[in-house]
Amino acid sequence: MNNPWFKYPFRFVVLMLLQVLVLNNINLGGYIHPYIYVLFILLLPVRLNKNLVLFIAFFTGLTVDYFGNTLGLHAGASVLLAFARPGILSLFFKPIDFGKNEEVSLLKIGLGGFARYTFVLVILHHSALFLFETLDFSNFHYTLLRIGLSSLVTTLGVLIVMVVFTKKK
Amino acid sequence: MYNLLTFLRQYQFFALFVLLEIVSFLLISNSYSYHKSLRFNAVSDLSGNLFNNYNDITSYFSLKIENEELMAENATLRNSLASSFALTDTSFAFSDSLYNYLPAHVISNSVNKQYNFMLVNKGSLHGVEKEMGVISHQGIAGIVIGTSKHYSRIMSVLHKNTRISGRIKKNNQLVNVIWKGENYQKGLVNDIPSHIRLNPGDTIITSGNSLIFPEGIVIGTVIDQTIPDNKSLGEATLAFCTDFNSLQYVYLIKNKMKPEQDSLINSNVQ
Repeated sequence: MNNPWFKYPFRFVVLMLLQVLVLNNINLGGYIHPYIYVLFILLLPVRLNKNLVLFIAFFTGLTVDYFGNTLGLHAGASVLLAFARPGILSLFFKPIDFGKNEEVSLLKIGLGGFARYTFVLVILHHSALFLFETLDFSNFHYTLLRIGLSSLVTTLGVLIVMVVFTKKK
Repeated sequence: MYNLLTFLRQYQFFALFVLLEIVSFLLISNSYSYHKSLRFNAVSDLSGNLFNNYNDITSYFSLKIENEELMAENATLRNSLASSFALTDTSFAFSDSLYNYLPAHVISNSVNKQYNFMLVNKGSLHGVEKEMGVISHQGIAGIVIGTSKHYSRIMSVLHKNTRISGRIKKNNQLVNVIWKGENYQKGLVNDIPSHIRLNPGDTIITSGNSLIFPEGIVIGTVIDQTIPDNKSLGEATLAFCTDFNSLQYVYLIKNKMKPEQDSLINSNVQ
């Protein structure tokens, strides 16, 4: 289970199935669209080559696009998330030392730290996503509400997944 | 040249970011216009298969409601059988049928985006072509924009580029129906001539002008009309008759006279 060649593809497939088959069908008043697949990019090893992370994020977004008929939309938003990730990591967790293949984890940075890290990046991702989706500023308050509510729900979902799947020590 | 290369090396992370964003934008811009999506839509059997398997499981949950709706539709169809009418004059009847209806099962659908699409389990093998109209038993549903062997992709009426030519049923005035991207139950009727007054509940039907939909298919009913203050064309909100969120079975409409009508239209434009 700790072999990265198994762990990451497995996580990718599980998150994609969760996103495409379950979460994409959720529609709460037209405002709330959770996109928990971003967890895959959030959990890539901290010291992984930054360019590689960009490519992985692009491919991850493209997969969601492929199943949601939104070619390019999630790819663009995910690349933006991957671009901002190193900056946010060093901003919040500069004093913390991460090992070679280590990921951000609840044990390392705590629930509060993880929530901050997730929320900032998710807001960025969702802003790009919903703004590019409408490309229209006439209903800006509606778009803002979608961004805000969806970011909250996505962050909450990510934290629940993390708490459930973190091994207790 | 050498300077450019060193510059790119130094800022390769940023350069790569910009490059990938540009690629994404090019992809987005291709999918956001109706005509471009007709040209670029490659539907694959891969995503179709995944949704089909998933739908095999989930469709059991709504069997009961589906059955009731099919019963209701059977009743309507029986009412329109030739045997239900007294034959009067057959001298002007078409010897050939004008429209073919192909039933299909919706295997993937969305209502919560600004540009919604559906996937159905009939494709080019079954005779589906681009620009065929799609209706449900409740009313209008969308337009086919891409086909693979076994599946077709449909641009839902809930798509910001959809524009359906409609007609006010009570006085035959031509209007257009669009969707603004908010509530999936409500559309917008525009281009209403300023002297026309609509009442809540008035029915809007397809005009038959577009060659995609036959005339007289229900689009929705008027909720309320905004009276234009100057001489401009008026608008009205509309409740769609089709419940897009629970759409399971649809009919794809093949217009048998379309090639003939198209060639006639094109020959007139010189």
